[in-house]
Amino acid sequence: MSVIATGLTWNVSEDLRQLFEFHFMTNAFRAGTIVAVVAAVIGWFMVLRRQTFVGHTLSMVAFPGAAGAALIGVAAAWGYFGFCLAAAVVIAAIPRTRGHSFSEESAVVGTIQAFALACGFLFVTLYHGLLEGVNSLLFGSFLGITDSQVATLFWVGVGALGVLAVIGRPLLFASIDPDVAAARGVPVRFLSILFLVVLGLAVAEASQITGVLLVFAILVVPPAAAQAITVRPFLSLLLSVAVALLVTWLGLTLSYFYDQPVGFYITSLAFGAYLLAHAGRWVTQRVRNVRSATS
Amino acid sequence: MGDATGPERAIGNLVMLLADATGTGIADMLSHPFIRHALLAGTGIAVACGLVGYFVVLRSQVFSGDALSHVAFTGALAALAFGFDARLGLFIATIAVGLALGLLGNRGHADDVVIGTVFTWILGLGVLFLSIFTTNDSTGNGTAGVTVLFGSIFGLSGSQAVFAAVIGLVICACIVAIARPLLFTTLDPDVAMARRVPVQVLGVLFLGLVGLCAAEATQAVGALLLLGLIAAPAGAAQRLTHRPYVAFWLSALIATTCVWAGITLSYLIADVPPTFAIMAFATGIYATTFAVTAVRRQRGHLQDQVPMLP
Repeated sequence: MSVIATGLTWNVSEDLRQLFEFHFMTNAFRAGTIVAVVAAVIGWFMVLRRQTFVGHTLSMVAFPGAAGAALIGVAAAWGYFGFCLAAAVVIAAIPRTRGHSFSEESAVVGTIQAFALACGFLFVTLYHGLLEGVNSLLFGSFLGITDSQVATLFWVGVGALGVLAVIGRPLLFASIDPDVAAARGVPVRFLSILFLVVLGLAVAEASQITGVLLVFAILVVPPAAAQAITVRPFLSLLLSVAVALLVTWLGLTLSYFYDQPVGFYITSLAFGAYLLAHAGRWVTQRVRNVRSATS
Repeated sequence: MGDATGPERAIGNLVMLLADATGTGIADMLSHPFIRHALLAGTGIAVACGLVGYFVVLRSQVFSGDALSHVAFTGALAALAFGFDARLGLFIATIAVGLALGLLGNRGHADDVVIGTVFTWILGLGVLFLSIFTTNDSTGNGTAGVTVLFGSIFGLSGSQAVFAAVIGLVICACIVAIARPLLFTTLDPDVAMARRVPVQVLGVLFLGLVGLCAAEATQAVGALLLLGLIAAPAGAAQRLTHRPYVAFWLSALIATTCVWAGITLSYLIADVPPTFAIMAFATGIYATTFAVTAVRRQRGHLQDQVPMLP
């Protein structure tokens, strides 16, 4: 990128002018903002429900989705959303098996993930022109996002957040105490299926910016950092969105001004935020302990 | 065969023709040095992955394998970025992290959010090294990242193949040597501890071996898919039999079959990359074992779910 930009200076307005000089960069910021909000909100519920592993599996499925879409010649968005939604429905349909050992389950999941990636690799190989694009599918890219792609991201994001707004309260209840919620007549099973579908949408959106392998950087890390800072639900939800936005905006900016890929910046910034959150919590706890000891 | 009737003779001829064709086909296939290298390296890698994988699945440490696959990618690309042989970074990174996971593992289990956070960042670092390597590399080798991620067993040179086979043998020797006490500590850690089996040392040693195995498998099927080669054959073997040592060797046999079949299929159909073919056979065999156990259960053959102590 540094060919067209001269690197960051302390002149903020000049930097901003350079940043938005090209339309693709404006689109990148639009897409990044949509994805960060959607992923942070849905990821917050995912971290609360301890379903990060499902998110991981869904993101692996996104890779053959996108590669397959390129192979049969439709827009990548169809592949992302189609495969992630299908995978979410399949995962939701699998009955909770009891009696099977955990070791078996993890072997199955590991195999499925590897097979999904292998299928993606097959599609990439069959579609001979894509081999250079593999890295951007896996590790994200913000180049060449079109207006219609931004519109798709926006409307799907609005839909997902709309569903979540309707089921948010009962879902929170069902996530924190499923047994009591079920006793009170909350449709726990139905909610968890609906949430998986919404999660599939969020993963599909996030993987278009961060790449399928780095989805966790905006889906898991900002909510985890926010939940380390505060236990109040609404506040940590807002914090999670703020962290995700900050990480995405800064990541895009740095990647525009310097040579390194966006995936590296977003993961590193997210990781930094996570460390900061935990360091902050540790310090406040220490201070509180010292205060209670002295008083 | 003196007075064979018409149809019999026709079938006999057909079989002979087919055997002949297969014979020359195999001879043809083996005449390519890259196939011979792939088979040599692939066998060593498969046997090692099968044997180690058995314990990985039995000890439910598949996610350690997942973690090591991320590290393998970053290690290999870090070495490339700084101008070393990819294998150097690969082996150092995976063995070091394997041992570290073993040492840290004793202090309680980290939860999946922490693991996901750390390993996403490690992958992010790998992306950085990838971009450093591709911008600095004068030979314009833009597909290095793809090679590390998805492997290229057909791209191994003679010396690389021998190296992979030798490391495979070393892994096999180590895992066979510690198999008995390791099985004991896996199935009943408390009793093993009481009997003065060095449970913790074995655990660390084993994860070091898993690291070595991950580096080994990366050369064949790539960092992203090594989990499949470690988990699928072992999972299949454990579904087919409850006898530990039988499953142990069966796992190696299944892995080897997958690699050989994958290499052959990929040779026959040029468009199918060997990595996909190997993974497809591994997944297919694992899926088949589910059908087999379902049938067995219906017939009431399956009595015990727990593996028996030898």
